[in-house]
Amino acid sequence: MDLTPIWLTLKLAGITTLVLLLIGLPLAYWLSKGRSFVKIILEAIITMPLVLPPSVLGFYLLMAFSPKHGIGGWLQKVFDVQLVFSFPGLVLASVIYSMPFMIGPIKSALQQLPVSLAQASYTLGKSERQTFTKVLLPNIRASVLTAAILTFAHTLGEFGVVLMIGGNIPGVTRVASIAVYDSVENMDYHSANAYSLTLFCITFVMVVSVFVFNKYKAKSPLE
Amino acid sequence: MITVDIEKKLRGYGGQQVLKIAKEFPTGSITKIYGPSGAGKTTFLKIIAGLVAPEKGKIVFEGDTWLDTDTKISLSPQKRKVGFVFQNYALFPNMTIRQHLEYATDDEQWINRLFKMGKLDTLATHKPDYLSGGQQQRLAILRALAIKPKLLLMDEPFSALDPEMRSELIKELRSVWKEFGMTVLIVSHDQRELDGNADGELFITNP
Repeated sequence: MDLTPIWLTLKLAGITTLVLLLIGLPLAYWLSKGRSFVKIILEAIITMPLVLPPSVLGFYLLMAFSPKHGIGGWLQKVFDVQLVFSFPGLVLASVIYSMPFMIGPIKSALQQLPVSLAQASYTLGKSERQTFTKVLLPNIRASVLTAAILTFAHTLGEFGVVLMIGGNIPGVTRVASIAVYDSVENMDYHSANAYSLTLFCITFVMVVSVFVFNKYKAKSPLE
Repeated sequence: MITVDIEKKLRGYGGQQVLKIAKEFPTGSITKIYGPSGAGKTTFLKIIAGLVAPEKGKIVFEGDTWLDTDTKISLSPQKRKVGFVFQNYALFPNMTIRQHLEYATDDEQWINRLFKMGKLDTLATHKPDYLSGGQQQRLAILRALAIKPKLLLMDEPFSALDPEMRSELIKELRSVWKEFGMTVLIVSHDQRELDGNADGELFITNP
């Protein structure tokens, strides 16, 4: 079995999770504070990948990333960056596709914390940033870990979006889920089974680790 | 001296009502605030601390304007830096008792004195989950005192303490309040809780 698709999948999932942690924490914090029309619309956009067929999302991203027009054209022209059929394009698509899995649990955990925790910190003279890093974040640690693991696991299982944006270029965009599909198409059931089993085991270990980490706190990884 | 003149709309069972309070509290005084549930006692304290914004009003503390809705002045809670004892304690579950006090102040001597005052020195490494209700309440009081505030707002601060511990703590607190010239506003349900310890009263009735 060629291990490259497995490594590529793990690399994609790792980078996507890191990027989403950096974006997701401040974004979830902002969304958790009060409601406004802008926030409702933005949250709906972030949630869309959960309900849209991946092929639909992949199609629009393909259009947006196209070097002939739009953002893709601008990136190609100004920075000479090509997003379609490239690993960076795959990362960007994965970030958009997996965003609800990172934002949802963190935002929900922040909203469940009593408002008085942040208020107590403010009355002690602490800034919003200090309050977030020293008080709020440590108290939602389990949810952040759950969100990170779910994001990682969800990225491992991507297929439709990855196929539309990245295609099937060995060593560049041929991730494990694509390799399974490709192997079945070529009637190579042995390789398909090897890739599938590897993905199954990795995902299973991750879900179990969420249960173990949250021992008594959560009854389901989705909490 | 703190001068408060505020108006705040409250949502209650009987629909929308307006909390209207105009009062002066002399520097260094201890005022007991009482009244029926839902009258707006906690909201009143939170307005002074800058945690809740009133629709209209002015708050001046020792010559500094903290709030003036006419000129759109509203200092943040961080700038007002009042000591606040929350009714639900609002302790940080991730911090030990010592870490709570260290989060508020760097003054090690002051921290040790607070420990003794609250009789919590043997529990320094415990987190709030492992403390009794009374111990949690004492920690909430100590944390508010840790910043040596000029104005201390306490929302039902002694409700979980037994009578003996309560009178002992109030005695200790009185000497700290006096030492630092703190102005203290205490919300209390128990009519006799502060007997002989308060300089003034404020009755907040249902608006």
